[in-house]
Amino acid sequence: MSIIEPFRLLLFLVGIMAFIGLNAAYLVWVERKGAARFQRRPGPTEVGYAGLLQPIADGIKLLSKQLHVPPGADGVLFRVAPLLVMIPAMIGLAVVPFSETLVARNTNVGLLMIFAFGSINVMAIMLSGWSSRNKYAIISAARIVSQDVAYEIPMLLVVITMLMVTGTMNLNEIVQQQAGWFWHWNLFRLDVNPLMPLTFFIFFVCMLAETNRAPFDMAEAESELVAGAFTEYAGMGFGVFFIAEYANIILGCAFATILFLGGWQSPFGVWSGVFWFLLKMYALVFTVIWVRWTFPRTQFYNLLNLSWKLLIPVSLFTLILTAVVMKVLKT
Amino acid sequence: MSALSLLSSGEREHETFILNVGPQHPATHGVLRLKLTMDGEYITRAEPVCGYIHRMHEKMGENRTWAQFLPNTGRIDYLAAMAYGHAYVAAVERAAGIVVPARAEYIRVITSELNRISSHLVWFGAFLLDLGGFTPLLYAFDDREKILDLLEALTGSRLTYCYYRFGGVCNDVDDDFIRGTREFVAGMRPRMKMYRELVTDNIILRKRLIGIGHISAEMCRKYGATGPVIRGSGVAYDVRKNEPYSVYRDFDFDVPVFPEGDCMARYLVRMEEMVQSLRIVEQALDKLPGGPALTAGVPRVLKPAVGDYCFAVEAARGRFLVRIVSDGKEIPYRVRLRTPSFSNLSLFEEASQGMMLPDALALLGSLDLVIPDIDR
Repeated sequence: MSIIEPFRLLLFLVGIMAFIGLNAAYLVWVERKGAARFQRRPGPTEVGYAGLLQPIADGIKLLSKQLHVPPGADGVLFRVAPLLVMIPAMIGLAVVPFSETLVARNTNVGLLMIFAFGSINVMAIMLSGWSSRNKYAIISAARIVSQDVAYEIPMLLVVITMLMVTGTMNLNEIVQQQAGWFWHWNLFRLDVNPLMPLTFFIFFVCMLAETNRAPFDMAEAESELVAGAFTEYAGMGFGVFFIAEYANIILGCAFATILFLGGWQSPFGVWSGVFWFLLKMYALVFTVIWVRWTFPRTQFYNLLNLSWKLLIPVSLFTLILTAVVMKVLKT
Repeated sequence: MSALSLLSSGEREHETFILNVGPQHPATHGVLRLKLTMDGEYITRAEPVCGYIHRMHEKMGENRTWAQFLPNTGRIDYLAAMAYGHAYVAAVERAAGIVVPARAEYIRVITSELNRISSHLVWFGAFLLDLGGFTPLLYAFDDREKILDLLEALTGSRLTYCYYRFGGVCNDVDDDFIRGTREFVAGMRPRMKMYRELVTDNIILRKRLIGIGHISAEMCRKYGATGPVIRGSGVAYDVRKNEPYSVYRDFDFDVPVFPEGDCMARYLVRMEEMVQSLRIVEQALDKLPGGPALTAGVPRVLKPAVGDYCFAVEAARGRFLVRIVSDGKEIPYRVRLRTPSFSNLSLFEEASQGMMLPDALALLGSLDLVIPDIDR
């Protein structure tokens, strides 16, 4: 490790924070504008051109609010929880290769690291619900734990399938293997796993559930639990949860892009670069937003049934299928 | 439901907690409060607490002349104000022996049915909002806006109509209204198809509604539930068919009945009712007779004969009945309002036994409650 390495890392971390902040702010704008277009209304228009300054106005408003800790709440955990939600998403992005060179830390266990830190997310949201001393928040916390545990299993099964296909946990190498035309992407590698598109679909569904996005937004089902685990949070305490939600969506979509869609590789084999990575990632993010404004929310036991009775057996099946195909064809 | 059986054995009684849903909660759509005794996410006892928006409409009726009570009828069930006005006006006409011209009766049917569609559209949007789907609300309001524009041009108000008068309606319909209504009916049919494709056939929605919130026909009878709730439980009771009033005999329409008794049945009843209302509006426009829309010579100060008079209509939420008692003076002796939402809410406690919270809120949404209609 050279002397400039710590400075490079620091620079990257600041960059990641800025990236998350900017994305959270403008994805809110995209979500609001997009939702408005789905619903035949104009969306934010007042602050700045086409409402482009709206996220900044909202941020200033949130910052100016009092950080109120409800009486009887566990003050320490209540304050720590938003930070705990934020940190894993940032650490996860540190190993994500945006392009061949644009990566904060190119480690051999990148894939493992994202999952190791991603699991903290569950605990953090649970803490926020637990420490608020609110009945809605506690119901929400209980839901989050059972939901995220249930969906982590099929997600990991899918990731193990991909590990067998790629043979490495280094995210840079995974992307490099998918160089060339788009049929080299893992999504289209039907020679090792004939059910690859299904595998990708399972991954995407699990990602929606893990990030508590509609139609799996049990945690903050506003018509049932008001705001769920975040009911008691005011001002920027709520704002941080909001940013973390988008940060997790970005991390999930970035991860899906790397694993299945060839990361920064161009679909034509030439002019690869960070542009392609962002394009694919934002296409997935847009799909997440699109799903939210189209479908109603699922019921909680349907959600768990979907995971335990359908997604886990199917992902286990694709795992075994991949193993058999790879063994037989010796690829 | 194993949690419930454990509770009844007394082992887990200390593990329940009270959850207050409302009076300010996104799912109650008004100031209704549900006091839920919860065992985890299961409801062991649900107690609706009403009265937060009680405005003494019945008592107000005893303190003003017959005509002065007219605007009050629009403020009981604010989403289906036309039908409520119709019931009151018709009850007083019955008491005072006022004859209504045929044209006025047809206009009353057209406006009441348009109002029923707009009311069901609000329910459709709000119910989907309860289920977490935000977009259908805006689509429904888009269609409702057209009805509100039509009725605004005719009556002068968009929500709390006071359009019917003793002996007819206050403004005759013009060609713009007839043309606009025909355009709306023609445009609404493809929209109903779109709602079916976008919402009704959605697997997530079907999973959430089918088999959830079962209400038996006996339970409906026990609590006096009416309207789409009882028709969703397999009882073909519709005041427009069973006790035809106004000119409903002249129209060919079906009463949608679904025997399942779950949330999906009530959902389908209301969706089908909108289609049937479109049919009625279309037929009424075709048959619209000429003549005056208001009987001339109705005295400004009415003094109906001594007696006890009733009139029931099929409002958007069920059977609305007005009972007036006259002692021959210019002020009513008693105005009694029998509202459908109150009876429909009262079965919630029994129907929600042992349900999970989200299912119970789906059940609550499928009852289509308007809170001022409960409290009056």
